[in-house]
Amino acid sequence: MYFLTELKEGLAISFRAIRANKMRSVLTTLGIVIGIVSVTLMATAIEGVNRAFDKSAKAFGTDVLYVQKFPWVDSDDWATIRNRRDLKISYASQIERRATLSDAVAPVMGTRRPVIYLSNRIDDGFVTGTTSEYLSAAGVTIEDGRFFNAEESNGGRPVCAIGATVSETLFPREDPIGKVIRVAGHPFTVIGVFEKQGGLFGSFTSDTRVYVPLLAFQNFFGGRRDVTIQVKVADITKMEDAKIELEGIMRSVRNIVPGKANDFNINAQEILTQTFAPISLVIASIGLFITGLSLFVGGIGIMNIMFVSVTERTKEIGIRKAIGAPRRTILLQFLVESAALCLIGGFIGLAISYPLSLIVDQFLPTSMPLSIVFISILISLVVGVVSGFLPAYRAARMDPVEALRYE
Amino acid sequence: MGSMIELKNITKMYDMGGAEQVHALQDVSVTIQKNEYVAIMGPSGSGKSTLMNIIGCLDTPTSGQYIFNGVNVSEMSDNELARVRNREIGFVFQTFNLLARSDALHNVELPLIYAGAPAAERRKRAQETLQHVQLGDRAHHKPNELSGGQRQRVAIARALVTRPSIILADEPTGNLDSKTGEEIMILFQELHVQGNTIILVTHEPDIAEHAHRIIRIRDGKVASDEKNSTIQAYTAAKAS
Repeated sequence: MYFLTELKEGLAISFRAIRANKMRSVLTTLGIVIGIVSVTLMATAIEGVNRAFDKSAKAFGTDVLYVQKFPWVDSDDWATIRNRRDLKISYASQIERRATLSDAVAPVMGTRRPVIYLSNRIDDGFVTGTTSEYLSAAGVTIEDGRFFNAEESNGGRPVCAIGATVSETLFPREDPIGKVIRVAGHPFTVIGVFEKQGGLFGSFTSDTRVYVPLLAFQNFFGGRRDVTIQVKVADITKMEDAKIELEGIMRSVRNIVPGKANDFNINAQEILTQTFAPISLVIASIGLFITGLSLFVGGIGIMNIMFVSVTERTKEIGIRKAIGAPRRTILLQFLVESAALCLIGGFIGLAISYPLSLIVDQFLPTSMPLSIVFISILISLVVGVVSGFLPAYRAARMDPVEALRYE
Repeated sequence: MGSMIELKNITKMYDMGGAEQVHALQDVSVTIQKNEYVAIMGPSGSGKSTLMNIIGCLDTPTSGQYIFNGVNVSEMSDNELARVRNREIGFVFQTFNLLARSDALHNVELPLIYAGAPAAERRKRAQETLQHVQLGDRAHHKPNELSGGQRQRVAIARALVTRPSIILADEPTGNLDSKTGEEIMILFQELHVQGNTIILVTHEPDIAEHAHRIIRIRDGKVASDEKNSTIQAYTAAKAS
């Protein structure tokens, strides 16, 4: 109760003092404003990078397992991995027959060939051969037209579905459906366009790819290649079980005797997220540390001006002490003043950085995290209290006789 | 019942740097009873300000005992002294010492804030006390909108508002013209009649004449301590 009264009185005094020294208050607060703006914008940018990553990682499908010769993240014995046997297309049908926890299985092969439509061309296009199962196995969506069906797939028909970027490049002003494009000279009719995936891993998403039936792929571009088998897990909560099951099937298919290590990898999006998380943390820490320095400088500015304020108001402190203000009250009064200055700075900073974050959003899809709004308010408060403490302590310890004599 | 103020062998020394020390007060013993009206007189540098600071609990003696209302305050901590000043002592200064940015009412309320009184009661008592010094209509004026005499009345209201044991006035008329000064002295007279204990620090004999007892300080010692006979006649004449 008494504390509240003191706090109220402290606030009233602070606002009178801040109003009485407008210019000084504005300049001092500017340091905090700049600090808060840079910290919140940095946090917003980091949020943007994380979001872009998440979105990119999602392009791999959260419930899709990739059976591959190589692991996605660096492994130490690259030499042994290099010498692994290639994966075969036939594994796909065996997995499909034996797996109980999987929905769809699609073998995938890739190569790079020129892709041409009239005068528009992509010199080094990603061409992917797969089966009709791919649509469900990869978790991608067709936006326009359709994916090839089982019949076209099994018959190796010269049809293709293209990624959003491919479509934009080859058909800037046309509807691609029904048009014939040439992949390394071979004609393919476009029957579908994928929804844009975006993200950081452009070449790994469907955006830059041309999908053709696997049989056609083997005929035109050769079939002795490494295969990736994409397996969609039926129940996302059973990813681990599905992975173990898949591992067992693969070991038996590849005739790996017990005790010997796998000569294949089962990759999942999760691996990317796990790899990225620590990197993202380091970037975030460094970024926030550097921008935090500007907030620190702002805090020093506040401390400086609070020392001036205490000295200027020595007489007032003397009067207050003479009529019975205990040390704590004087301490609180100046702490409140410095905290109020910083809080005002914090709010102004947020008011400036919020519109700026909308501009950042134009380049890097992001939004200011709500948590950072609360954190920056909290930080301003802490900076205010910390930088106000020494000046306030000096005020609280003043000798009333000396202070009253001060002119 | 004991005395209100009991100073026993008070000595105050100041370090002037190095080994040099100045005796501001030397072995001062004074006793003041409730409802006395005392003037402490002396030329500047005599130690009367130091004495006032010690009586007002703004400062503590180097040695000696100060018993205030039966409590030894000479060894109290800063915060305990602040509490005594807040509850028991009302200061009136030569330069008024009001808070410039606050209005009269808030200035008078201030000691009650530090005493922890609830807002409504604070306001009521501050307003009443302002009325008591005939400034009820000036409650929302800032000090710079008031005359010197009015400012000193606000300061007196601030000193009175906690109903302290003593009112300690340091040259209260020093910054006022003689007519206004006289008005302030009449106010003190009234406060005394109403039962307040008043200690007046001054170097002006005219002002000291209003007190019932005059203590003269010279070179840090009590030079004389006597009843003011003229005032007795004055009060008697007024009473009749």
